Amino acid sequence: MKMIEMLVKVFTFFRDGFTQMTVGRTLWKIIFIKFFVMFAVLEVFFFPNYLETNFETDKQRGDYVLEQLTRTSATN
Amino acid sequence: MIDVDPSLVNWSRAQFAFTAMFHWIFVPLTLGLSVLCAFFELIYLKTGNEEWKRITRFWMTLFAINFACGIATGIILEFQFGTNWSNYSWMVGDIFAAPLAIEGLFAFFIEAGFFAVMFFGWNRVSKGFHCFSTCMVAVGSNLSAVWILIANAWMQNPVGMLFNADSARFEMNNFAEVVFNPVAIAKFTHTSSSCFVVGATFVIAVSCWYLIKKRHVDMARKSIVVASVFGLVSSFFVAFTGDESAYVIGQKQPMKLAAIEGLYKGERGAGLVVFGIVNDKKVAGDAQDAFLFEVTIPQALSVLANRELGSFVPGIDDLVYGNAEENIMGVNTKMEKGKLAVADLTAFKQAKKDKDADAAEEALARFNVNEEFLGYGYLDTPEEAVPPVSLVFNSFHLMVVVGTFLPLIFGAFLFFSLKGTLMEKRWLLPVGIFSSVLAMLAQQAGWVTAEVGRQPWAIQGLMPVKIATTNLSATAVQVSFTAFAVVFSLLLIAEVSIMLKAIAAGPEGHRK
Repeated sequence: MKMIEMLVKVFTFFRDGFTQMTVGRTLWKIIFIKFFVMFAVLEVFFFPNYLETNFETDKQRGDYVLEQLTRTSATN
Repeated sequence: MIDVDPSLVNWSRAQFAFTAMFHWIFVPLTLGLSVLCAFFELIYLKTGNEEWKRITRFWMTLFAINFACGIATGIILEFQFGTNWSNYSWMVGDIFAAPLAIEGLFAFFIEAGFFAVMFFGWNRVSKGFHCFSTCMVAVGSNLSAVWILIANAWMQNPVGMLFNADSARFEMNNFAEVVFNPVAIAKFTHTSSSCFVVGATFVIAVSCWYLIKKRHVDMARKSIVVASVFGLVSSFFVAFTGDESAYVIGQKQPMKLAAIEGLYKGERGAGLVVFGIVNDKKVAGDAQDAFLFEVTIPQALSVLANRELGSFVPGIDDLVYGNAEENIMGVNTKMEKGKLAVADLTAFKQAKKDKDADAAEEALARFNVNEEFLGYGYLDTPEEAVPPVSLVFNSFHLMVVVGTFLPLIFGAFLFFSLKGTLMEKRWLLPVGIFSSVLAMLAQQAGWVTAEVGRQPWAIQGLMPVKIATTNLSATAVQVSFTAFAVVFSLLLIAEVSIMLKAIAAGPEGHRK
């Protein structure tokens, strides 16, 4: 019971805090826009993870990187 | 020869540098202002004077705006690791996972808990608990920076790890060595104290603007006293930790120190260049003078680098070509060992492919002998190990000059505030506003010194940037660079305008 009361108090604390915000509203809007732009636009279209996208397993990724580290030795 | 397009490496570096410098506009202010907010609230708690509460809440509002502006600007760096620096991010994944996870946990618990109390908790929790929460936000923000700086320090001085040739990864084998890396300790103490200085100059700058406009005069004067004391103490700590930082660089990254000082020929009792004009045409190994003009303090560089008068400080030529007399191995020798390491790693890979366990074991044993020189195996010439001397020298000296002036500015503000004549010294108020720009400039110059000074290395001695980069087309990086630059420039305009509006509105204009 005490646990529930505590959770309700915490919920009310955050709810009241968020509803009474003034500058905070604008800041949250900025934060959400930023996250949207980053994760839905920049990451998807401009910054794909190269190894995650091109290889399926860690073994393949490790082999690829090892290949990159040793591809120069023949010409050195 | 390495078959990586140099323009790809340069674009990837430029993009990372631009993002990191953008991120670092907000971080120092967050770290510095959080501590100042805690001080303002401690004064309120001690005095019970409602004016201090009003002051605290105003600076907290500006802190929140800066915090919101800075949020997620560092995430782009992580995107770039995966896209532009995939070889590097794969190899360091095991080392960076722990510090970055701890940093994430710190951020989560602070932001979800104490941060909420700091902003939503006025009149809802006790004064003492509210003040404790504000202090915890300050402590937590600074501690979360520790972990990022530990990761950065590992790149400057890789310790506490082994290279796993099977998985092509560096694996952590000693967490304590990574955490207590001397470079990390020097970097954190120097960086955090310089962030405090930035926070102090910001408070002074905004307050000076109010004094010029004759608005919120009492709040501005009180804020200036607190900020100038805090700034003055922090400035001395910056100087002290800067000295330690230079010592650690001298021990762990002598090439960086040589570039910082434009020192080509090593010497005993080396002098410290206070002011100099670097000869841009000078290259390692030639007979030209390093400076067109310079003023030095005799012996000071030897003391800075080794804590010993008359001690030898290696120059760029000693480090590139070696100096048998001083027992310094040159880059040319290290390159030979590095090329053996690369060849043995290749043999290991081939033996694994051929399923020849004995040959693989032998190749690995040979590789381990020269493993520490691996990165040198990828250099084409010994001179490639030299960072851009002019840029490193100038950025370092810019940082030092600004760092020398700031305590004088803090001292002047404190002196005239205590004397009660600050309002009569109208000339000082624009200086106060400008001090914030100077402090930010010094921060950026410091990071340019640290990061350009360790070129060509992504990981000191083990991995040059041209091996760390993903083999993409330079055009792909140029496109993502442009997209990022456009989006972030627009966001920066929006965010700065919110900050300026909040400052213009003053303490009455905001609550949360």
